[in-house]
Amino acid sequence: MTTETRPRVAPRRGVANERVPTFVLVLAAFGASIFVIPLVGLLWRAPWSSAWSTLSSDEAMTALRLSLVTSLVSTAIAVIFGVPLAWVQARVAYPGRRIVRAFTLLPMVLPPVVGGIALLLALGKRGLVGQYLDHVGVHLPFHVLGAVAAETFVAMPFLVLTVEAAFRSTDRRFEEAARTLGASRLSVFRRVTLPAIRPSLIAGAVLCWARALGEFGATITFAGNTQGKTQTLPLFVYVKLEEGNTDAAIVLSLLLLVISLVVLVSLRDRWLSAL
Amino acid sequence: MSVDATVKVAVGAFVLDAELEAADGEMVAVLGPNGAGKTTLLRALAGLVPIDEGSISIGDTIVDAPAHGRFVVPERRSVGVVFQNYLLFEHLSALDNVAFGLRERGVGRVAARTRARALLRAVGVDVREAARPRELSGGQAQRVALARALAIEPELLLLDEPLAALDVQTRVDTRRQLRAMLQDFAGARILVTHDPVDALALADRIVILEGGRVVQTGTPDEVTTRPRSQYVAELVGVNLYRGHADGVEVHIGSAVVTAAEPAAGEVITIIPPNAVVLHREQPHGSARNAWRGRVREVEHLGTRGRVRVRVDGPLAIVAEVTPAAVRDLELAEGCDVWAAVKATEVETFPV
Repeated sequence: MTTETRPRVAPRRGVANERVPTFVLVLAAFGASIFVIPLVGLLWRAPWSSAWSTLSSDEAMTALRLSLVTSLVSTAIAVIFGVPLAWVQARVAYPGRRIVRAFTLLPMVLPPVVGGIALLLALGKRGLVGQYLDHVGVHLPFHVLGAVAAETFVAMPFLVLTVEAAFRSTDRRFEEAARTLGASRLSVFRRVTLPAIRPSLIAGAVLCWARALGEFGATITFAGNTQGKTQTLPLFVYVKLEEGNTDAAIVLSLLLLVISLVVLVSLRDRWLSAL
Repeated sequence: MSVDATVKVAVGAFVLDAELEAADGEMVAVLGPNGAGKTTLLRALAGLVPIDEGSISIGDTIVDAPAHGRFVVPERRSVGVVFQNYLLFEHLSALDNVAFGLRERGVGRVAARTRARALLRAVGVDVREAARPRELSGGQAQRVALARALAIEPELLLLDEPLAALDVQTRVDTRRQLRAMLQDFAGARILVTHDPVDALALADRIVILEGGRVVQTGTPDEVTTRPRSQYVAELVGVNLYRGHADGVEVHIGSAVVTAAEPAAGEVITIIPPNAVVLHREQPHGSARNAWRGRVREVEHLGTRGRVRVRVDGPLAIVAEVTPAAVRDLELAEGCDVWAAVKATEVETFPV
């Protein structure tokens, strides 16, 4: 009475051996060019000689620093609140769970400017919640905290989605094994569940951070565009372009492109496969 | 009694309604087919599923008694579990897997590792301490899982199909080692299995579970020689005996059975019922095993068109013969017969 692995019919996946029809190749090549051409254009027009002086200018550094701080803070907020949210969504069956899921994922498809207006109406001075915040002296709109709020709103779904999927796919029997060994539920979470979802948590946090770093629409709508306070790097790029300072806009765009590429490459294989 | 459980629990449409006792030092096998409720019973004992009615006590502690609103969570029960597929934590080394329970009980890292190291040695796992579970062989993983469960010094040890994940050869070796390793364990042991050979080889007492109910309880001998239901007969219907081998000769009680392959020491002997040939006169010919006996029961197996004949004698044996043979031999309860088996049909497993 042995446990045998039954022969199964292996599904056919992956690379096709047959010759690919020409028209498919043409369409695919055009599809790829949609991504490639704009980025090549960026590199082609890059004013390499003035790149360093543009990057090291005070206002660029201010915008960069602000971007890093706000995006990291909003990522931290997303982790602190998003992981418990993802856990509840994955593990607790309650009425309205699907509605909550729809809400948490909505910012991924919502035009960011709509998000910004929504934030304004909710957290603005006369807003649904904002009026109470105003009483205690907290003003989010046109404040650095507003930039953080806008980035969090737009970027957090990436974390929640990734981590929730991970919670769903973990084998709960390991958690049961840990409990029989004397681990409390909190301890099980810390010592068994969290290590099991670690790759997804990292992937989710990095995606969230990258999205927060690039946030434009919700930020400019809700937090405004005050230099040194809410003018993050993407906003700064936009302003430079409006001023006719194309070179500066290109150089700073390249900086954002490099950051995005680093994120993508570092997540490749190991972590993105967890998605 | 170290463990005393009266369990009633519904899992969907399935209802487990069973009683189970196990004394300190005793090994009780819960034997039954898939879906009989074995794992549910084990989960109830471990506290992973609360029972609906009844009570469970482990040692002096009542751990589950819904009528009194009492339920002790798994982490506060003195129960070690060796899970099916072992469930070793992949992100921890073999050593830290064993140390896990001690760490959770507040033992410091160094002390826990020292103790874990000793336990790994005791179960005979000789691997790098840093080895991850996926680097272990099936037999090693099983022993690490056992060491992990024993590390917390539980009053009750639960083993869920501990041998099912192993290949045939490893199974035989591991079964024997498991027996030896559990020798020193003072608490009660409950083994859940669907394999009668495991139950017979390891258990002091067998509890047979069918459709969520206990259909028979007894020593391995009682269960194999006096199966109380059709199901039990089918389950243990392969004629299982525990005996002592000396070369090809296996001594089972007062009977001697000749096997094809030589062995030494304690063995389990298996004789398939359809290999047993019945005669009215002493047989002559190639069969080297023949015993005189008396027919105790003749039972028609409608589904298979076969007849099961239970023969008492120096070796109680079950034969499965054709209806034609029953007619020709005029077999009936109480008549004298000879039961013969070829040595090549006799299988032995070292215990």
